[in-house]
Amino acid sequence: MYQIKKAEVLANNIYLMDVEAPRVAKHCEPGQFVIVKIDEKGERVPLTICDYDREAGTVTIVLQTIGASTEKMAHLKEGDYFRDFVGPLGCASEFVNEDIEELKKKNILFVAGGVGAAPVYPQVKWLHNHGVKADVIVGSKTKDLLILEEEMKAVAGNYYPCTDDGSYGHAGMVTSKIEQLVNEEGKKYDLCVAIGPMIMMKFACLTTKKLEIPTIVSMNPIMVDGTGMCGACRLQVGNEVKFACVDGPEFDGHLVDFDQAMKRQQMYKTKEGRALLKVQEGDTHHGGCGHCGGDE
Amino acid sequence: MADVLKKVPVREQDPKVRATNFEEVCYGYNKEEAMEEASRCIGCKNAKCVQGCPVSIDIPGFISKVKTGEFEEAYKIIGKSSALPAVCGRVCPQESQCEGKCIRGLKGEPVSIGKLERFVADYALENDIKPEKADSTNGHKVAVIGSGPAGLTCAGDLAKMGYEVTVFEALHELGGVLVYGIPEFRLPKQKVVAKEIDKVKELGVKFETNVVIGKSTTIDQLIEDEGFEAVFIGSGAGLPKFMGIPGENANGVFSANEYLTRNNLMKAFDESYDTPIAAGTKVAVIGGGNVAMDAARTALRLGADVHIVYRRSEEELPARVEEVHHAKEEGVVFNLLTNPTEILVDENGYVKGMKCVKMELGEPDASGRRRPVVVEGSEFEMELDTVIMSLGTSPNPLISSTTEGLEVNKWKCIVADETNGQTTKEGVYAGGDAVTGAATVILAMGAGKAGAQGIHEYLSNK
Repeated sequence: MYQIKKAEVLANNIYLMDVEAPRVAKHCEPGQFVIVKIDEKGERVPLTICDYDREAGTVTIVLQTIGASTEKMAHLKEGDYFRDFVGPLGCASEFVNEDIEELKKKNILFVAGGVGAAPVYPQVKWLHNHGVKADVIVGSKTKDLLILEEEMKAVAGNYYPCTDDGSYGHAGMVTSKIEQLVNEEGKKYDLCVAIGPMIMMKFACLTTKKLEIPTIVSMNPIMVDGTGMCGACRLQVGNEVKFACVDGPEFDGHLVDFDQAMKRQQMYKTKEGRALLKVQEGDTHHGGCGHCGGDE
Repeated sequence: MADVLKKVPVREQDPKVRATNFEEVCYGYNKEEAMEEASRCIGCKNAKCVQGCPVSIDIPGFISKVKTGEFEEAYKIIGKSSALPAVCGRVCPQESQCEGKCIRGLKGEPVSIGKLERFVADYALENDIKPEKADSTNGHKVAVIGSGPAGLTCAGDLAKMGYEVTVFEALHELGGVLVYGIPEFRLPKQKVVAKEIDKVKELGVKFETNVVIGKSTTIDQLIEDEGFEAVFIGSGAGLPKFMGIPGENANGVFSANEYLTRNNLMKAFDESYDTPIAAGTKVAVIGGGNVAMDAARTALRLGADVHIVYRRSEEELPARVEEVHHAKEEGVVFNLLTNPTEILVDENGYVKGMKCVKMELGEPDASGRRRPVVVEGSEFEMELDTVIMSLGTSPNPLISSTTEGLEVNKWKCIVADETNGQTTKEGVYAGGDAVTGAATVILAMGAGKAGAQGIHEYLSNK
């Protein structure tokens, strides 16, 4: 059992928790993830590592309610437990193993979309702690959904918030901000790391390809075991099929087949949606709402 | 008196009924049936059956106790050699091991050793007979990686010798392939697997779940930071193989590992569990091994029409005869000498069918089996919504890539001495699928046993 030491609501449907998991806290690096299971009957849910405290033995996770399992997790409070919490899984970001002096010469741009700010944060923080300044674009639909702003500002070189509705920061998508920085402000970047919903990563990659900036993305496909056993998370990357859980989750964004990955992500969407409605509406859920397809 | 040349028949669930549920197929013997079957054993002095057993159970010894109704004594005899008799009695390929060597089998049917082992083990589980424990611990700490058949056997044997053993399991449940791979209808999880693991716990073995060695910690750190003096790696097989044909990443194409894990470990067949499974209505399982049979029979129970698609003929099916027989009885259709060439995908990315070619058997290949060759112009299509790839696995690199000095062979399997499990790294032993590639439960147990002995000798001489 893994105790929740702190639980916070970051925005509507977005939650942050510090969880006691000493083995994970001791070994995790930026870029890696964990799998969390709430109780005996829950799903194994892959979640981003947002931060970690090796001494306190805690790992910070951020989750957005998207299905029955995350909806249940959202109700957990400080002092509650997860039945299972395993990690760190996947490979660390490549730069963790690079020469620091070389890294200091690079101009790095991070692009986060929505809850993608959570996995971007520990990367930017790691670079900051190693004396490397990186620029960070964080996009969200609206100001209220922007998360981790103060934390990000504290570790980023330049921080550029964007909102789709123009309620805060740059008005428009993250892609238009990337273009503005490069084309209008004359910024030069040697590397871009884009993390967020697949559709956002796809378009960020189309933009950076045009601008000829090598780009890393962090993929979040459907997973079951997270240790390489099931192959549910397989992706087409260039000419190869890769498993996100052991080969990734970070890949060359210019090689990832996003259209296929997005289709694969839909596999259980209706089932997830139904299960979510059941949890939210309890006994009052009869199906037939036209959205979930009922409970046949 | 029944025909002494034939096995006492074992009662099974009716195929039509069992094709719709996940209850165990085989009911096993009762006391009377077991004693009658035991009386068929002639108690050979130089028993061939024992030579056929990878863990060398004293088979005539335990059967003689069944004959006289001394079931607890029979259990103790098996317990000296096997930590998981209730599992082995169910899933071992006895026909090619103990029973394959039985003298009775020369003229008539061999003694039903597997069903007798199962009876004795179930008797012990039901009557809560405890295994014999070491008098005291010897203070030496050993880590075992993986709680599957190799790891459990190694841990149990070491604990009996007095070692302080901790087993590290990557998943959230103990049992490895016994839990995620082999389905409930062949090996009940609560009634059998959990109870057999409880017996290993009673020997004093500690278990830690959710620890992925190579990620959550490493072998070197277990030795340097946590004081383990030896390590046994029983981490199992690994990454599922795919065919590399077009359409394989479509929605509705699964590895057998994924399909079985969702159903067995995550219990997707039970509505009260949250993990979903797209069971499919028209399913093809590609492959002919035991895992393919398990996947096919699982899909059948989830309501699908199921085809096994295998490129060689029935004779070459690697699965146990009993599994093939059960699958056919339940209604699985076998498309033999058939090979997929492409998975057909609809506009939303879901499987809608599969292109196949017919095969015929040509000259024998390196494995001695006749090589299947394509019949020209035999291409045809099958209408499907689900394809399950059961083509075996390739080793998981998590441990070998994070352990300095641990050699792997050209297939990326860990190099280990067959007789004692010793690897190229001092104090580190290995066995089971991580060493041999995908094999059977009992071979993994045999390797776990050899590893325990190897570790014991190493630590005794240190």
